[in-house]
Amino acid sequence: MISKEQILKIAKLARLNLTPEEEASFSPQFSAILDYFEQMSEVDTSDVLPMITPTEMEFHWREDQAKDWNMGKEVIEQAPEKSGNLFKVPPVVG
Amino acid sequence: MEFKNKSVFELKELLEKKTVTSVEMTKYFLDRIESLDQDLNAYIQVSDKALDEAKKADDKIQAGEKGRLLGVPVGIKDLLCTRGIQTTAASKMLEGFVPPYSATVVEKLQSEGAVVLGKLNLDEFAMGSSNENSYFGAVKNPWNKEYVSGGSSGGSAAAVAAGLAPVTIGTDTGGSIRQPASFCGVVGMKPTYGRVSRYGIVAFASSLDQAGPLSRTVKDAALISEVISGFDENDSTTSERSVPQWSASINESLKGKKVGLVKEYFESKLHESVQEQMDRAIEFVKEAGAEVVEVSLSLSRLAIPVYYMVATSEASSNLARYDGVRYGYRSNFDEKPASSLDDFYERNRGEGFGSEVKRRIMLGTYALSSGYYDAYYKKAGQIRRLLAEQFQKAFEKCDVLMGPVTATPAFKLGDRISDPLEMYLNDIFTTSANLVGIPGMSVPMGFSKEGLPVGVQLMSSSFSEQVLFDVGSALEQRADIWKGLPNGY
Repeated sequence: MISKEQILKIAKLARLNLTPEEEASFSPQFSAILDYFEQMSEVDTSDVLPMITPTEMEFHWREDQAKDWNMGKEVIEQAPEKSGNLFKVPPVVG
Repeated sequence: MEFKNKSVFELKELLEKKTVTSVEMTKYFLDRIESLDQDLNAYIQVSDKALDEAKKADDKIQAGEKGRLLGVPVGIKDLLCTRGIQTTAASKMLEGFVPPYSATVVEKLQSEGAVVLGKLNLDEFAMGSSNENSYFGAVKNPWNKEYVSGGSSGGSAAAVAAGLAPVTIGTDTGGSIRQPASFCGVVGMKPTYGRVSRYGIVAFASSLDQAGPLSRTVKDAALISEVISGFDENDSTTSERSVPQWSASINESLKGKKVGLVKEYFESKLHESVQEQMDRAIEFVKEAGAEVVEVSLSLSRLAIPVYYMVATSEASSNLARYDGVRYGYRSNFDEKPASSLDDFYERNRGEGFGSEVKRRIMLGTYALSSGYYDAYYKKAGQIRRLLAEQFQKAFEKCDVLMGPVTATPAFKLGDRISDPLEMYLNDIFTTSANLVGIPGMSVPMGFSKEGLPVGVQLMSSSFSEQVLFDVGSALEQRADIWKGLPNGY
């Protein structure tokens, strides 16, 4: 059972504010989902190396060379707030 | 002239013979989107550059230049960055975001002369199986608007089904191309992991994500797969293997080929119309000369927990980048100043993400957190390896696996959205291919009694896509339904 306190702790770790509805519904939903996922424990996996990617690990070597990248202005354009060519953030002193 | 139920190959021929210009064809699809997409909701945004691109393609055709998709209109899932065209991932978090570069997949399509019609709706950040998680509203199923289109590439599937694009690009992390393709009655192809560059595609789960086509025909899917595949120096997980000319090598005779049926898939409860279409598919492959064998994948019953642990863990890490600093949604701090840096992040992210995205970020955060890592993330990775070994053994006995895409045809809008676990269980037959990295394809076979499409799924071993196109074509030829459009379209 995942308690509401646990839900709030996980939300804090993930840097997420939850709505009151999410706070109420996530606890029973997470409990049901994680209960179902318990089935994984039935499989004996001792000495099995976890698989982290299905790709054939190929190494692509290249020279570490600087390239021109002239998109600075377009990138700054996307900022919620900007000042000249800088990203601007509100004061967060607390 | 009508283009709505024509294949890409038919459209190419019309363009090459100069029977029609790309501008006329593009305008035809833009007009259809304008008049028919209002309640279908397949497109988030139509490109205002489409007619300019079509004009350029026409100039090239006039000048005798070649391109594998010269002048052909395509739709792009709004998860792929398109330079100068808003890319939202169907999230409030990215509303209004205009990328300064295009995904490699988009560049490859455009370098072959394709014309981008617009950006297609999806579940927010590709997280969902019904397209009901979109910030821009659900996509409806063109065959019956009370039903879901499937997800997450719901817009990509519905647009092809309704003749609002001849072909589209989707992405598939756990079935997001194949499942909506099946629900909407079109072909959906997820290539081998590493075939297609993920550069410029909004990341969900990096070890599972792969882009691919949704199309009217198997041959079209083969052509588009050829165009978008290949090594990309911007994605180190892409393979350096050469890309075969799949569309030119399709062999519909299946003599000497072995088609494997997964025992466990048929022991689960299948809807009668899914079972009926499976039975037809089995008859069809036998008719085409294939031998049918039974194989076992006992661990496939655990595909959902393994998949959701891997996918949510990777998502929690990938989506950490959305902090409201450099791009994306930012809360209003003028009215209520941030009390701390954490408060700044928590408000931006808490208001910018929808509930399903938050749920998945948090499941992943939990699976990776101290004390739970071994039981969840590590355990899932270990079972993933054992599952890959079972698939490898299965492919020693057969060339291709054939089975259902989902246990039921499309379900009604609203039916499953309130129960996340029930929604996750939709993905039982599709998630294994992503975990193992193998290619998978959904081919339309027929319709349920209610008139909803039903597809079958084909899977083969890594980098052997040709057999999917061969078997898919043999099935398509016998099912013979690809020209049909839903009523009203």
